[in-house]
Amino acid sequence: MSRSEPERAFEEPWHAEIFALAVGLSEAGVFTWPEWAETFGRHRARDGDYWLDWIAALEEMLKTRGLATPADLDALKAAWRQAYETTPHGQPVLLGEDNRL
Amino acid sequence: MPHDHEHSHVPADPALRVKALETLLVKKGLVDPAALDEIIETYGNKVGPHYGAQIVARAWSDPAYLERLRKDATAAIAEFGFTGRQGEHMVVVENTPQVHNLVVCTLCSCYPWTVLGLPPVWYKSSAYRSKAVIDPRGVLADFGMEIGDDVEIRVWDSTAEIRYLVIPMRPDGTDGMSEADLAALVTRESMIGTGLAVHP
Repeated sequence: MSRSEPERAFEEPWHAEIFALAVGLSEAGVFTWPEWAETFGRHRARDGDYWLDWIAALEEMLKTRGLATPADLDALKAAWRQAYETTPHGQPVLLGEDNRL
Repeated sequence: MPHDHEHSHVPADPALRVKALETLLVKKGLVDPAALDEIIETYGNKVGPHYGAQIVARAWSDPAYLERLRKDATAAIAEFGFTGRQGEHMVVVENTPQVHNLVVCTLCSCYPWTVLGLPPVWYKSSAYRSKAVIDPRGVLADFGMEIGDDVEIRVWDSTAEIRYLVIPMRPDGTDGMSEADLAALVTRESMIGTGLAVHP
């Protein structure tokens, strides 16, 4: 704990992305911010990585609301991994037909 | 699989988990990609302690504004166009020669985003979250602050519903300074209570 130097709000792009997803879902009325804080606080009590706790809390909230199962998310994650592994460097990485938006 | 460096760089596991979440939520129509971009732009680049510093500078300069802050900080802060996104209520706590205020969130990291942006790393640490309540004078000493024994220290525990902004004491020798010049003296730490406003 020490006096802080100027910091960037987000150190990695995914920090910004998970933050925006949680804030965006609450603004869209999927959950209230106190509901988010309760879940997030429970994850923070274990004091792991701050931004990993954002991911874990959001995954839990979607699961308990029946919006995303771990299997859904694992499948999408695998699809993204495959897309990166099969897309030549320099070309846009897109999901396969099954998952394309 | 053989690694030939021909394919695109595969992001780390957390980044893939977030991509999966985003893909699913956009597909279900629960979030709008344009709204996500706007949130990132706002909190990544726009909002920061320079917002809060403007509030403090006006509170120092304009007694009527300070009175409005005391009565309804959420509304007084909204006069600047700074409005909360989670429906949280803002409360200002004023430092005086007799009282020093310190803000923490023991639960997680609730923070007055609207006026300070996202919290610094130390604010999110378990060390700060636990010690601020148990030993606030020790925390202030960690930040290099000496607060006299005759000064009462009040610790404010933020929640999802209530966020606190500390109004630090106006430094001596600042009579007649413009709000813009005063704002430059107001540090992020001074608005959390782990620092003081800078002497010009």
